[in-house]
Amino acid sequence: MRYEAPTSTKVAAALLAKEKGKAFVLAGGTDLLVRMKAGMVEPDLVVDIKRIPATQIIKKSDSGFKIGAAVSGASMGENKALKKAWPGVVEAANLIGSDQVQGRCTMAGNLCNASPAADSVPALVAAKAKAAVVGPKGRRTVAVEDVVTGPGRTSLKKGEIIESISLPKRVAKSGDAYLRFIPRTEMDIAVCSAGVNLTLDSKGLVKSARVALGAVAPTVVLVEDAADAIIGTKLDDESLAALSAACEAACSPINDKRGTVEFRTEVAGVLARRAAKIAYQRAGGK
Amino acid sequence: MAETAPDTSFTNQDFKIIGTRPPRPDGVDKVTGRAKYGADAFAAGQLTALILRSPHAHAKILSIDTKRAEKLKGVKAVVTCEDLPDLTGGNRGMLDILENCMARGRALYDGHAVAAVAAIDAETAKKALKLIKVKYEVLPHVTDVDEAMKKKAPIIQPHIRTTGVDPKPKKASNVAARSQFGHGDIEAGFAAADVIVEESYKTEQTHQGYIEPHACLASVGPDGQGELWVTTQGHFVFRNTCAALLGMEVAKLKVTSSEIGGGFGGKTHVWMEPVALALSRKANRPVKLTMSREEVFRASGPTSSTSIDIKIGATRDGRICAASAELRYQGGAFPGIWGMLGAMTTWACYDLENCQSVAFDVLVNRPKSAAYRAPSAPMAAFAVESTIDLVAAKLGMDPVDFRILNAAKEGTRASYGPTYGPIGIGPTLEAVKNHPHMKAPLGPNQGRGMACGFWFNFGGQTCTDINVGVDGTVSLTVGTMDVGGSRASLSLIAAEELGIPYERVKCNVADTASLGHNDMTEGSRGTFSSGMATIFAARDVVKVLRNRAAAMWEIDVDDVAWEDGQAVAKGIAHSNLSPLSLADIARKSPTTGGPIAGHNETVADGAGVSFASHICDVEVDPETGATKVIRYTVVQDAGKAIHPDYVEGQFQGAAAQGIGWALNEEYIYGEDGRLQNPGFLDYRIPVCSDLPFIDTEILEIPNPGHPYGVRGVGETSIVPPLAAIGNAVSNAAGVRLNHVPMSPPRILKAINAAK
Repeated sequence: MRYEAPTSTKVAAALLAKEKGKAFVLAGGTDLLVRMKAGMVEPDLVVDIKRIPATQIIKKSDSGFKIGAAVSGASMGENKALKKAWPGVVEAANLIGSDQVQGRCTMAGNLCNASPAADSVPALVAAKAKAAVVGPKGRRTVAVEDVVTGPGRTSLKKGEIIESISLPKRVAKSGDAYLRFIPRTEMDIAVCSAGVNLTLDSKGLVKSARVALGAVAPTVVLVEDAADAIIGTKLDDESLAALSAACEAACSPINDKRGTVEFRTEVAGVLARRAAKIAYQRAGGK
Repeated sequence: MAETAPDTSFTNQDFKIIGTRPPRPDGVDKVTGRAKYGADAFAAGQLTALILRSPHAHAKILSIDTKRAEKLKGVKAVVTCEDLPDLTGGNRGMLDILENCMARGRALYDGHAVAAVAAIDAETAKKALKLIKVKYEVLPHVTDVDEAMKKKAPIIQPHIRTTGVDPKPKKASNVAARSQFGHGDIEAGFAAADVIVEESYKTEQTHQGYIEPHACLASVGPDGQGELWVTTQGHFVFRNTCAALLGMEVAKLKVTSSEIGGGFGGKTHVWMEPVALALSRKANRPVKLTMSREEVFRASGPTSSTSIDIKIGATRDGRICAASAELRYQGGAFPGIWGMLGAMTTWACYDLENCQSVAFDVLVNRPKSAAYRAPSAPMAAFAVESTIDLVAAKLGMDPVDFRILNAAKEGTRASYGPTYGPIGIGPTLEAVKNHPHMKAPLGPNQGRGMACGFWFNFGGQTCTDINVGVDGTVSLTVGTMDVGGSRASLSLIAAEELGIPYERVKCNVADTASLGHNDMTEGSRGTFSSGMATIFAARDVVKVLRNRAAAMWEIDVDDVAWEDGQAVAKGIAHSNLSPLSLADIARKSPTTGGPIAGHNETVADGAGVSFASHICDVEVDPETGATKVIRYTVVQDAGKAIHPDYVEGQFQGAAAQGIGWALNEEYIYGEDGRLQNPGFLDYRIPVCSDLPFIDTEILEIPNPGHPYGVRGVGETSIVPPLAAIGNAVSNAAGVRLNHVPMSPPRILKAINAAK
């Protein structure tokens, strides 16, 4: 196995593109190293992207936030501006693993690991986040919901790396929230989850919204019907019930050791309702 | 001349330091990482071993080809069952142990060991495992206890004929044994009942979940002598078992127990140690063998899953007039005693005229069950204590009052046979009734439950030495390894008896070459039995100290008394002699007869039974079925708490394990008979934030069979939590769960069904 730690994304992409064997990108390593130790993967090449400056920074600009692919969950949690603008995204990223894992894990890694239960992804999809992808043929921008194509699979081509993830500029009276269901209180994987991001108008009615569900389908589901159910409302009981029903209708989960189809479907609706209420409050709604 | 055995009965003496809470002697090493556990031993030239395991739940092994693995550079030995020939001389129980360590022509569960390699490093060993070719013929399998009892179920052990039935069956079945306990006339009892409640329950399989995986370092030389460093609850028993299985002489195999990172019964059995010894013998090199967490789940010994029917009848005045139970426990792929133990404990808390429990020990294609803290009692108690609450409700009685009215007491004939002496079930129930926790207000979606539990406790073979150093410090050498602070408790006992400060005693756990046989640290016997042996070894020391003082004073030993830790010359004739301390006498020992030592060997009978009653508050989220334990109180009889910190620690630890079992822990098998969740991610033991602070109350009802009144305390408190939580969930969410674990999907389903 070869280990490389280049200092530019371009070189990293070239290394990955050139490799004939099995090549993996290493950011925090909280998925890759575990899988290597368990003998699930045996890489021929590991490209560590942590020495690439662009992957290490959280940058606030007029167009929003850019979060480097190697920025840890803990660093996001310590960034006050980011936390204030996108509390739902940050709380989702901070739910990954334990305190120790938080020091290493990254949102880009969480996304590229392509688990249907990834905690940060529903929040990112709800936030309309975009990934900056660098490959041998140059750069492109991909909506986060278009990165994962199925469990363990992404749309990234050979040699392509996510360099950073961007969150859009935050307009006034906006809020987001993420909730997951786990049987324990921590150190667990989402049985189902929901991310909600919304903006209110001057009267406190929901002007726009995005609702995304995790662990209820092969990929994170963006539920437009659920968003429609609350747009133009103050989240009265009726609209919340419609939101839950739309979420349930969008679920196509599996029965497995972590939960049943019925449970995942019903609780996804419950979580979306609860997350919507939190996002509404964060947006200043009453 | 043979001495008479010392009197072990309770004497109600006054204590100076028993009951205090000094720090444990192993504490600093443990918090600084200096303590040596099973995987922390290294030997020059040691090899790394790995085990190849069956991916099938049930299969015939047609062939094992190890040639390519043996030829791989760096591989020093490959073993299969061929290298572990049957030397058991027709002892089927021993052959079962051997076959569980290494499959013999058939794989009986997912994870069953098939072959093993020892190589110069882990990478080479891993490669070698891949080069071993095993041909299987997959057979139909069964993993559910009720399915395994059906007529058409695949037979797991063709030689098994159900014992305990008359006439003896001619055909093989998966029911290894039927056993029955109880007394009175059940039918007449139910005929007299005003109310009868009948319920059926299921509990899923759980694992002890010790944090330290099994690990050992084995070394066998060409001269037939060997050493084994191992994490175990009983190195003397491991020595005897390993020596017998490998054809070694007991005295030539020295076994040393490491510090232990939890055992809870799971480290009372050998799982892979004979394999490590066989590899070392073949390679002529020391061999280190450690299990991964996945291997621990798949191939050590979890506790049974069960299926239980309960029927209780009571009269309008609140007396139970009949109680019957049928219990079905699976023991994995080999016969066990787990159903029988469950049946013995079923009705142990109650004073019953007519009671019966019938148990079936059943084989399934799962790993061989092992003891888990009060083995088999929690499942039976879940079924009984849930039903007791239902009967109380039907009678319109308070569940605590109903239990008090029916509780066993001194003189009660226990359902499993004996008549109780002084016992703690009544006092624990009274303490629960009067506990502030019972009166605390509850919030929305919250409910309170309580339940009782029983455990036998055990004594057994014990051997202890005390050696006095020339500086007056004392070395206490015991053979029961320390799982929960027993070195501190035993040091307190030695210090109490000798009249010296606790800090002057150092307690060590001896290897098998340095002390006589000791049974396992199991059955809550460590502090009970080694405590007893320590008392008598210390009194043996006092005898020597008096003799030495007599020699120093040149007076008759009968004129020397031992009072408050010093030799005192009795009588006016000796009033000019100042008392001699232990240190004074020790200093002179080289010239008064040499080393000062005491010894005791015993079979510690008289272990007192133990009872606990628990109170628990839970909050159930009605929309997700998630349960949070918000308050928990343990009341248990300790007989006498030698070191209250470690008694409370046992209460809390047992309750924590019971809470995990009640809410989330379970072995999940797929249709293919393979374990789906062999890891701590999906086998969910509670994390710290899942538990409230567990409050404890120690009661002390002396055990008449121990000089200090000690009862074992380690196990009983894992018995009540399943039912206590079930009863609390029922009161919080209005649904009763008859299936453990009460995981969120099960609770939500029940809530929806009740709508």
